Amino acid sequence: MKMLLPRKLAAVSLLAAVSLVISGCTAGTDDSGGGASVAPAPSITDKTPVTVTMWSPWTGRELKQFNQIFAGFTAKYPWITVDSKGGIPDDKLIAGINSGKPPDIAISFGVDNIGKYCQTGAWQNLSSRIAGGDGIDLAKVFPPSALTYTSYKGQQCALPFLTDAFGVYMNDDQMKAAGITAPPKTLTELQDMAKKLTKFGPDGAITTAGFVPWFTYYCCAMTGVNMGNMFGAKWYGDDGKSAFASDPQWANLFKWQRQFVADVYGNGDAAAGTAKLKKFIAGSGDEFGCSQDFVRGRVAITIDGEWRNAYMKDCSVKFGYSTAAWPVPDDLPDRYGSGSAGGTVVGIPKGAVHADAAWLLLRFMTTDTATIVHMANNINNVPTTYDSAKSPQLTLPEQFKPFLDIYANPMSSWRPNTGIGDTDESVLGKLMDRWDNMSVRDGDLQSELQKAADQVNTALNEVSGP
Amino acid sequence: MTALESVPRREVTPQARRQHRKQMLTVLAFMSPWILGFLIFTLYPMISSLYFSFTRYDLLGKPKWVGLHNYQFMFTQDVDFWLSVRNTLWIVVVAIPIRVVFAILTAMLLVRANKAIKIYRTMFFLPSIAPAVAASLAFVFLLNPVYGPVNQLLSKLGVANPPLWFQDPNWSKPGLVLLGLWGIGDTMIIFLAGLLDVPRQLYEAADIEGAGGWQKFRYITLPMISPVIFFSVITGIIGSFQYFTEAFVTSSQVGGLGAPEGSLLFYATHLYDQGFQSFRMGYASALAWVLLVVTLIFTLLIFRGSKRFVFYQGGMFR
Repeated sequence: MKMLLPRKLAAVSLLAAVSLVISGCTAGTDDSGGGASVAPAPSITDKTPVTVTMWSPWTGRELKQFNQIFAGFTAKYPWITVDSKGGIPDDKLIAGINSGKPPDIAISFGVDNIGKYCQTGAWQNLSSRIAGGDGIDLAKVFPPSALTYTSYKGQQCALPFLTDAFGVYMNDDQMKAAGITAPPKTLTELQDMAKKLTKFGPDGAITTAGFVPWFTYYCCAMTGVNMGNMFGAKWYGDDGKSAFASDPQWANLFKWQRQFVADVYGNGDAAAGTAKLKKFIAGSGDEFGCSQDFVRGRVAITIDGEWRNAYMKDCSVKFGYSTAAWPVPDDLPDRYGSGSAGGTVVGIPKGAVHADAAWLLLRFMTTDTATIVHMANNINNVPTTYDSAKSPQLTLPEQFKPFLDIYANPMSSWRPNTGIGDTDESVLGKLMDRWDNMSVRDGDLQSELQKAADQVNTALNEVSGP
Repeated sequence: MTALESVPRREVTPQARRQHRKQMLTVLAFMSPWILGFLIFTLYPMISSLYFSFTRYDLLGKPKWVGLHNYQFMFTQDVDFWLSVRNTLWIVVVAIPIRVVFAILTAMLLVRANKAIKIYRTMFFLPSIAPAVAASLAFVFLLNPVYGPVNQLLSKLGVANPPLWFQDPNWSKPGLVLLGLWGIGDTMIIFLAGLLDVPRQLYEAADIEGAGGWQKFRYITLPMISPVIFFSVITGIIGSFQYFTEAFVTSSQVGGLGAPEGSLLFYATHLYDQGFQSFRMGYASALAWVLLVVTLIFTLLIFRGSKRFVFYQGGMFR
């Protein structure tokens, strides 16, 4: 009995599959790189009723708070209805853009992705709209830091909508007991304070740490972004190549960390200090809960984001605390008051059907003081415009104020946006991890920084490519 | 003339052809859900990923043909590639034999018939159905160097400096091995079935011959369960090359992907990082195809070696 049909079927199936692949395995987008186009856009006059789709990552309580802002927008633009969908992270947003069915406006927590979105044109270049009839005077509305993490090579393809800022938290009770009355402004002061605040048990183990100088301690304390900003270290040179090895501030940062550990925890011995600190960190509590080390009084001074204020309140901590800008290297006093600032961004994806209406919504969200204040009060993030930061309607605790000042400081920033996402920070993070654990000797630091720089440059070449 | 040649050939009539076609269409109709699923969810993605592996594709723009560049980059420029290969081979070479031995020993303990044995079998099997993410998080707690119960017990037993487990690059993979052994139930149950299938008369004959326990194990039990060992090794190798969830979850709890110090960066986690976090789907596709080829080679080598080590009771059908 002939069995031709299955063989023919197999051949037809294969042909069909190959045809599918050839005919368009991806909807794709033009690799336009979001080409610069700064001719001012005309004012939007079309008032045809329209529904704008909005995607955001918020869920639950925060989504409910977020959706409340649209009442104010619809009152101002009654012909525009907003269909808001929450719980959509960046990978689903990318899938939507890739499939040719993006939302009209999107919110992202992934500040590291903006470079990629701008470079590929996945998010539209807003420069012409910003300069147009329904535009925004960016310099009057936003601090400079906000525009660094929402643009790429001069293209503004996103605007900030609430942000995070990083500073120091200090346990007032422990500081007072140690006779410390003011926050540290320099790294030398921080180190001296840490010595006074650190307590050891009878077995020599750390019971309370004055300050934890560990790069991989929790997610957001001594990250590459924060430390780079603290030391004023450049991520890239004028040639666009990684500056890990060429900017001496990176090496200074690593050396400072090791001598801090040796001095405060090891009696001059970095290995001994590292062993003690490693064991102490191994007992750290959940970062996003009431057992976090600073919240339960295990660490006296720590670097953290403004959101920690909400945990201090929710966890009903029994000790007094205060906040300030982080200390800076002794030879860079002018940097005191600055910090890291970067957070939620909003943009218009390529292929948005109602881009004009989406722009009106985007402009409203990012500039309307009442909207931003509402979100800041409810989500406890830093309000992102000058007016909202000064609003008397803000109900944030007094310990929040330093973060507003940090955000507004002209030297505050995030990390330069590139087409490689957070690959540069990831490469640096791996070196920091090995340095923490003393797998990199002092003498090998420069060569390791060079290797890290080479890795980043290779990644940049892969993106730009032949 | 052979017996087959002596059978007269029947003429295939048009009616028979129609009947045959109708039968085939009926078969196809019942098979069509699987065929469609195979085409859409297996064959098409495989062909797509093979194509992407020769392109630079960042999920946001169109794929750009780069030929063998991704493969060349993999072997000559990707620093993390060889690290992930070493870590993965460690799991393959170390964890699989430990798992197999542990599963056999556990199954041998549970093969005895007594009233409580069913309870013990259930207890040993239950951990294997725990979700991998939950199990990994639980083990991060259990193996916490300071307040985890394992180290507290070790300290009470007099161990001065218990390991830092997932905080120490030298102990992180052994920690994953422990996690894997805790979930040994699925492998254990297969060995249990294999042990129960060993003919009792072989042991009786061995007893008559005066064979000791080790001799019975070495010359009866092992050969008789060799097909099960073979199956476990093959599935273990395939699973180990794709080792992802436990490594991803534990390392994310202690400092990020691959932490500490890259000791938990496995091939699959590196592939995930490249494709979904670094926007290098073309390169990730190349990694996936290399993984497929290597897994295939390992599997074929073991199949070839199995002729020497695997004994099938129904020998004529080997």
